[in-house]
Amino acid sequence: METIWFCLWILLWAVYFALDGFDLGMGTLMPFLARNATERRIIVNAQGPYWDGNEVWLLTAGGATFAAFPAAYGTMFSALYAPLLLLLFCLIFRGCAFEFRGKASCPGWAAAWDACLFAGSFLPALLLGVAFANLFMGIPVDGDGIYHGNLLMLLNPYGLAGGVLFVLMFCYHGAVMLDIKTEGVLQSRARSAAYAVWPLLAGMLAVFLIATAQFTGTFGRVAAHPVLYAALTLAAIGLAGSRLALGRSALGSWTGSAVFIMGLTFFGAGGMYPNLIISSIDPAFSLTVHNAASSPLTLKIMLAVALCAVPCVLGYQAWVYRLFSGKVTEKSIEKGHSY
Amino acid sequence: MDLILLSRLQFAMTVFFHFIFVPLTLGLSVLLAIMETMYVRTGSEDYKRMVKFWGKLFLINFALGVVTGITLEFQFGTNWSRYSAYVGDIFGPLLAIEATVAFFLESTFIAVWTFGWNRVGRVMHCASIWIVAAAGSISALWIILANGFMQNPAGFVLRNGRAELESFTDLIANPYAWGEYLHTLASSWMLGGFFVLGISAWHLARGREKEFFTRCVRIAAPFTLAAAILTGYAGHHQGQNVAILQPAKMAAMESHWNTQANAPMNILVWPDQENSRNRIEALPVPGLMSFIAFNDSAAEVKGLSDFAKEDIPPVLPVFLSFRFMAGMGCLFIFIAGWAFLRRRDLSSSPLLMKLLPLLIPLPYLTIMAGWTVAEVGRQPWIVYGLMRTADAASPVPVSSVVISIAAFLAVYSLLGAIDIWLLCKNARKGPEPAAGAQED
Repeated sequence: METIWFCLWILLWAVYFALDGFDLGMGTLMPFLARNATERRIIVNAQGPYWDGNEVWLLTAGGATFAAFPAAYGTMFSALYAPLLLLLFCLIFRGCAFEFRGKASCPGWAAAWDACLFAGSFLPALLLGVAFANLFMGIPVDGDGIYHGNLLMLLNPYGLAGGVLFVLMFCYHGAVMLDIKTEGVLQSRARSAAYAVWPLLAGMLAVFLIATAQFTGTFGRVAAHPVLYAALTLAAIGLAGSRLALGRSALGSWTGSAVFIMGLTFFGAGGMYPNLIISSIDPAFSLTVHNAASSPLTLKIMLAVALCAVPCVLGYQAWVYRLFSGKVTEKSIEKGHSY
Repeated sequence: MDLILLSRLQFAMTVFFHFIFVPLTLGLSVLLAIMETMYVRTGSEDYKRMVKFWGKLFLINFALGVVTGITLEFQFGTNWSRYSAYVGDIFGPLLAIEATVAFFLESTFIAVWTFGWNRVGRVMHCASIWIVAAAGSISALWIILANGFMQNPAGFVLRNGRAELESFTDLIANPYAWGEYLHTLASSWMLGGFFVLGISAWHLARGREKEFFTRCVRIAAPFTLAAAILTGYAGHHQGQNVAILQPAKMAAMESHWNTQANAPMNILVWPDQENSRNRIEALPVPGLMSFIAFNDSAAEVKGLSDFAKEDIPPVLPVFLSFRFMAGMGCLFIFIAGWAFLRRRDLSSSPLLMKLLPLLIPLPYLTIMAGWTVAEVGRQPWIVYGLMRTADAASPVPVSSVVISIAAFLAVYSLLGAIDIWLLCKNARKGPEPAAGAQED
């Protein structure tokens, strides 16, 4: 049961990365791709109906951590106090940017919120990468769950490599989504960005995997659970497939990118198994799926809730994606009912 | 400074700020749903203008409600990790269920409603705002079930050095939580009603869009009155729950020190917690406190002196907040009744027309006071009778919390000011002119 919840826990994070990843990527790319106010509005509205629903996957991933592994939830979030609150502030500004940027017309108003949108997209991507890389490597927590470190310690070379990888991964994902959602010159710029980011992403992935072998015990643990190599293989196929589909089928390319993100999440987070928090002070202080889990009754109830609710959520979210499918154009945002 | 105090300060600050936006979301969503239903049934463009005008204000308010809610869930981990580890087995699932059954629904269908005017049919569009309203209420239910556990822990057993879930049905059938839920929901509806009445009256006083805003008043006035009465009823009912389940809180609400049967309620009171007595105590109404608490003027009401000193909440803030809340609750019923009687022609009562816009902030302050009663009155416990607040905070450096409080203060003041400015600006602007309304 604990292992099922470990897999579900990763799944929630993976879905969050695959969905909100393209929002964060678009927000990061916006200053580089949009050359005028209309193009900026098009990029904002390409995420308009989706970003809020996507962000709830983060809340659910957080809530599932709390419900299934409460001890790990407390230790993880208090140890990562500064980066986590920074992440939340960024997401607050991002959310407000969507809602507020078109609600007033004083000079500099939209530009200020667009700056918030950029920072509120770029920094979360970076921070999520830094945080997860540090979790893969292990953080200095003692037996009482007290964190012996600071924010700068998280910005070690491996953590930063994780951050850069996430930023590139989401930028690529966002560029491919823009390829789907836009047309004309903006679309061709987005596609060029995807072509340009892909080799950087593939290179960074190689660097990250080598660093993972160097700095973390991931590969040792993966050897005990070879099924995780399947996740890595899937990620590689997704990444390669996405590049092959680029320019032929935008949707295929996006799917490949999503498979890549989810596969990599399963490989990285799964590579911690059975740990949820690896203590770099003493392995005995690590929190595992066994010593940090909720009671069997709670896990059973939550599993029932997840099995009933998550398919419904996926169903109506898919309906909304279909409902708002189609290109966002200058004409479509002029009609009102847009940000 | 003290870590516990700082952690409490931060949570209080962020939760109060969040709760500026929540009640309007809960209340206005229902009113919007009613307005849009009228649109679907009559086909009248006036109702569509109404939905668009109030909908714009709704969305400005909604945005901050959403983004400030996320920080709360994560703060249980960042600042209250001992608490999370000790009761997470029970508390965590309630938050996780809230996200899976309510937040997804709310966030997805608000998008359908905001962006979907041309993409879905009228009925589906109207259904989306009903779903948003329902999802908001469902989310309130789960978060209040979680709070209800902190107030009156039920359905658990102490095992493996922590509280573990024993009975899920007991957990969600918690009578304290259901009383609190009804009271919270009704007061949020009332707040939404006064918001619509206040802004409508502001425009009517200036002779703008008379027909449009009179129609808004005619929808909002009966709703507000019903909600105000329900709030009072649910509050009284919940007070009786508190009298049984949290006698120390009850005694603090009344600043009642000595256990006695046939307890009077003093009209004038000023607590003196240091000396376990009231500095001022005058104008007693015989038996009233016993009657309000237990429906029986002869009933015994336990006094604060019967509790150990370390188990008594801070009396002054709880007492004052309670008096303020109860007084305001009565005033709201009166004003809502008055507005109901004058709903067809508000301009026949210039005083009421001037009063209603000024009243908009009062339900907000009253709801804050209500939460102060509930949460400060729960002290010194984080989970009543089970875990003390002093044992619950994360072992993080004090400096981290000081920095994060400063950051919250700066960010929230800025965003709060912007949000209120946007609300005022758009509220004053009034609805789009009928001919120029965006028709598609």
